[in-house]
Amino acid sequence: MMDPTIAAIATPLGAGGIGIIRMSGQDALSIADKVFKSKSKKVLQEQRSHTIHYGWIIDPDTEEVIDEVLMMLMKGPNTYTREDVIEINCHGGMIVIQKILQLLLKNGAQLAEPGEFTKRAFLNGRIDLSQAEAVIDIINAQTELSLQSSISQLGGTLSQKVKNLRQELLEMIAHIEASIDYPEYDMEELTYEMIQSKTEMLLDQVNDFIRTADTGRMIREGIQTVIIGKPNVGKSSLLNALLREQRAIVTDIPGTTRDVLEEYITIQGVPLKLMDTAGIRETADVVEQIGVEKSKEWMTKSDLVLVMMDASTKFTTEDHEIFKLIEGKRCLVLINKTDLPRKLDIKQVFAYVDKEQILELSVKEGEGMDQLENRLREMFFAGEINVKDDVFITNVRHKDALVKAKSSLETVLETIELEMPEDCLSIDLQSAYEYLGEITGETVGESIIHQIFSQFCLGK
Amino acid sequence: MKYDAGKVDVIVIGGGHAGCEAALATARLGFSTLVFAISLDSIAMMPCNPNIGGTSKGHLVREIDALGGEMGKNIDKTYLQSKMLNTGKGPAVHSLRAQADKIRYSLEMKKTLENTENLRIYQGEVTNILVESQKVIGVETLSGAIYTCKAVIIATGTYLKARCIFGETSVNSGPNGLHAANHLTECLKNLGVEIYRFKTGTPARIDGKTIDFTKMEEQPGDQEIVPFSFGTSRESLNREQISCWLTYTNEKTHEIIRNNLHRSPLYAGEIKGTGARYCPSIEDKIVRFADKERHQVFLEPESEYNNEWYVQGMSSSLPEDVQRDMLRTLPGLENCEIMRVGYAIEYDCLNPLQLKPTLEFQNIDGLFSAGQMNGSSGYEEAAAQGLIAGINAALKLQGKDPFILDRSEGYIGVLIDDLVTKGTQEPYRMMTSRAEYRLLLRQDNADLRLTERGYEIGLISKERYEYVLQKKQQIKEEIERLKHTNVGTSLSVQNFLVKYKSTPLKSGTTLAELLKRPELDYDKLKEIDFERKELPWDVQEQVNIQIKYEGYILRQMNQVEQFKKLETKMIPVDIDYDDVYSLRIEAKQKLNQVRPLSIGQASRISGVSPADISVLLVYLEQYRRRK
Repeated sequence: MMDPTIAAIATPLGAGGIGIIRMSGQDALSIADKVFKSKSKKVLQEQRSHTIHYGWIIDPDTEEVIDEVLMMLMKGPNTYTREDVIEINCHGGMIVIQKILQLLLKNGAQLAEPGEFTKRAFLNGRIDLSQAEAVIDIINAQTELSLQSSISQLGGTLSQKVKNLRQELLEMIAHIEASIDYPEYDMEELTYEMIQSKTEMLLDQVNDFIRTADTGRMIREGIQTVIIGKPNVGKSSLLNALLREQRAIVTDIPGTTRDVLEEYITIQGVPLKLMDTAGIRETADVVEQIGVEKSKEWMTKSDLVLVMMDASTKFTTEDHEIFKLIEGKRCLVLINKTDLPRKLDIKQVFAYVDKEQILELSVKEGEGMDQLENRLREMFFAGEINVKDDVFITNVRHKDALVKAKSSLETVLETIELEMPEDCLSIDLQSAYEYLGEITGETVGESIIHQIFSQFCLGK
Repeated sequence: MKYDAGKVDVIVIGGGHAGCEAALATARLGFSTLVFAISLDSIAMMPCNPNIGGTSKGHLVREIDALGGEMGKNIDKTYLQSKMLNTGKGPAVHSLRAQADKIRYSLEMKKTLENTENLRIYQGEVTNILVESQKVIGVETLSGAIYTCKAVIIATGTYLKARCIFGETSVNSGPNGLHAANHLTECLKNLGVEIYRFKTGTPARIDGKTIDFTKMEEQPGDQEIVPFSFGTSRESLNREQISCWLTYTNEKTHEIIRNNLHRSPLYAGEIKGTGARYCPSIEDKIVRFADKERHQVFLEPESEYNNEWYVQGMSSSLPEDVQRDMLRTLPGLENCEIMRVGYAIEYDCLNPLQLKPTLEFQNIDGLFSAGQMNGSSGYEEAAAQGLIAGINAALKLQGKDPFILDRSEGYIGVLIDDLVTKGTQEPYRMMTSRAEYRLLLRQDNADLRLTERGYEIGLISKERYEYVLQKKQQIKEEIERLKHTNVGTSLSVQNFLVKYKSTPLKSGTTLAELLKRPELDYDKLKEIDFERKELPWDVQEQVNIQIKYEGYILRQMNQVEQFKKLETKMIPVDIDYDDVYSLRIEAKQKLNQVRPLSIGQASRISGVSPADISVLLVYLEQYRRRK
């Protein structure tokens, strides 16, 4: 039995919008054939090694065209891993690259472990013995990266929701297992109707998570974006408008935003971690002072600063302070409240930033918001702003686990349909439990047995 | 005075369920074997529950039997009642359980030991295991006898520094008032063995003539009895069965217990050993599940030769008077008289991470350990380990490769892998949920899985091996036949389907396809299967299961294939983990402690991450290329 076929994104993401997805293993060609339609209707498996093919990636289930691509076909052993390798060159940007990778996973590939291509290259004799330690370093470094990201990036509430879902699953498994291991104990019977309705409920929740993963909101990461500006220029309103829901407290009284608000959103495929700050101004209010200090701190860490200004007020020393503060940072200047009579002299802004960095809008009237979103997208795909690659990988990994959990739960329902006994059910319930554990970073271990004995009073 | 008592090949310390299987295995494989027991009247004694088998434990017994062990045969000879549990659930969890006649069980086993060539039993206490340059050379007994030997199997059960406690009373004795073994622990500690202290317990035994069974629900045995041993014929099992009886605790019982908790050694902090969650005392149940209104209590006969009844569900270490009072609140037990009081027992055992999967100590050549000493609990778990330790001691003396079952081959494999790879913090009980591949590891196919292995080892006769080969062939042929026997839409077929409330056929199909329908089975299909030959019942059973669960079985077989890939990547025994570049310190420590045989085993050690495994794989490749 051979090792499974693995796939991963091979190029840094975000920059330039061109990406390569690499797949290696015995099924690489056949998986590629499932999702690739060549312009000249060629079947990849029949092609010679080291050739390039032009065509489209198409989801075989929906027949949706995902991207126009070049496929590089390399047959083992003359490849990096000595296995059959496919490299998909696409140019649709981040979201498309993720979609293609997910498609490969759905069609039989497994997401590569950290450093796995290099590991295979070494184990298959492609890399020289003297480089073994370097191989180990790559594995360790990549593991470190993915560990840092995978768990910490999962939003707090989301992680809790997945944990709750797992707990419900665990209780059901424990109930089934307890009745199997202790057939003579009088415990409440878990009927197939109960298992079925509970499984359906859990399946709904998993489907919700999958939808969340699709919008990129699974991840507690993104381009760190700070919104900054004088009090009451409309920072919270902007955040709310972007979120399309009322979250931050919005009032006309300066200084209402006492702390830094964080939100995660995806705008046209670009993941943003938005931070709304307290208005920057000299203040005697201690609470607000803390907020201001935090704003400054966040700003130094940020990838992008959105400076908000009020078109209806004059340029002040506070605005001057702000521009001094963000010197050297990538920024966009948003001139808000264009619906009100203009008092701001735009020339004073030109002293600090280029014209292209300025956008005029009215959050209240919803004017200029589309331009803002487009501009953010352009900056991202043009590589002006970057986000760590592992963010995307994590999202793919989470989604992969969710899709597998979903299919396990569906099998449970089929098993019920077929009137198969409990021990058949339990196999897939446990798989679903394991897959969800990959998201929260928890393993099965003794948890089922712990649960059995904490849930039921059993024993001789 | 010390004296030279002579030479044997193998010494087994302890004559319980582990000791008996170990000794029988080595003796039957041709090695002179000497068993020491604290009392020769306690050979294969059942100091707690009077039954063999049950969920997952029944699987162990059938596997022991398929490998050539004795437990299955012995219970077939001495059972009082037999039941197949979980018949309403899937075949993977069907579990055989028999009530044993404790006295006969012990006597029959003793007789078997006595009548086995190369085997001697001796009443005495081993106080010292003699080791020279990390190799076992003999043992010393309390009376100063020095025996030289090539291998020692420790199977001391719950006897090491044992202490029995109930209420304010504490006695330094082993189970059932037998004297404890107080010396061996020190010897083991001096050999560098890490010792744990565990705790277990047993309920009172009461006098049958003081029980009013009319107030209880009868729990009869099965009409049709399945033998434990694949070598026992069904016909030979027919005998009058004795029923068990069910009653319940009530609020009055719980009140007595609650009022006397302060006198419980467990709650007073008198007991320090680690107890098992799955074997809670009644006082534990009342405290932990305070809102449960009643608990089941089963009255089980202990023997035809005495009047003692075991009170399952009422394990307790409360004082004698409280035990009496609480028992008397149960319907049917109003006038009961206790014959033996319930107690908790504390004992020394070892950390099983120190053992290899062969149950030999990692660092002491020729020294093996099996049973409750390894932190397990239960007769069946003990017997299974005893058999494996015995087989491996013999194979070692024969200079052959060790015998190790992996997790995909049997519950025995799961049991031992759990113990030596994951260790245990409480007495370990086998459970079906511990077995990942349980649809494959059924009790009904233990013979198909393991007889060949038992035959290769030399514990299974040629005749029995050939029977299994023939059985496999018959199963295969019959499945093929059913898969290729077409069924049309004739009136007789449709009538048959209607009779069993099965959807009539629109077009032709095969018998195998019909068999997969939940409402049909192999037996029912004979009505429309005209070419069927009469096959033995066990062949019919296999055909039925293998076709009905085919999809699930295939999926598990694929999982096993994945599992085996890592399991067959062996780690050199002389690997120096300190030499592995960039392995995390925690992983190094764990790997050094467990010393896994394969990458698969390494991956199951807690504290060893997937990245550590990758690092290890790279190191092994480096190691291989350097050689």
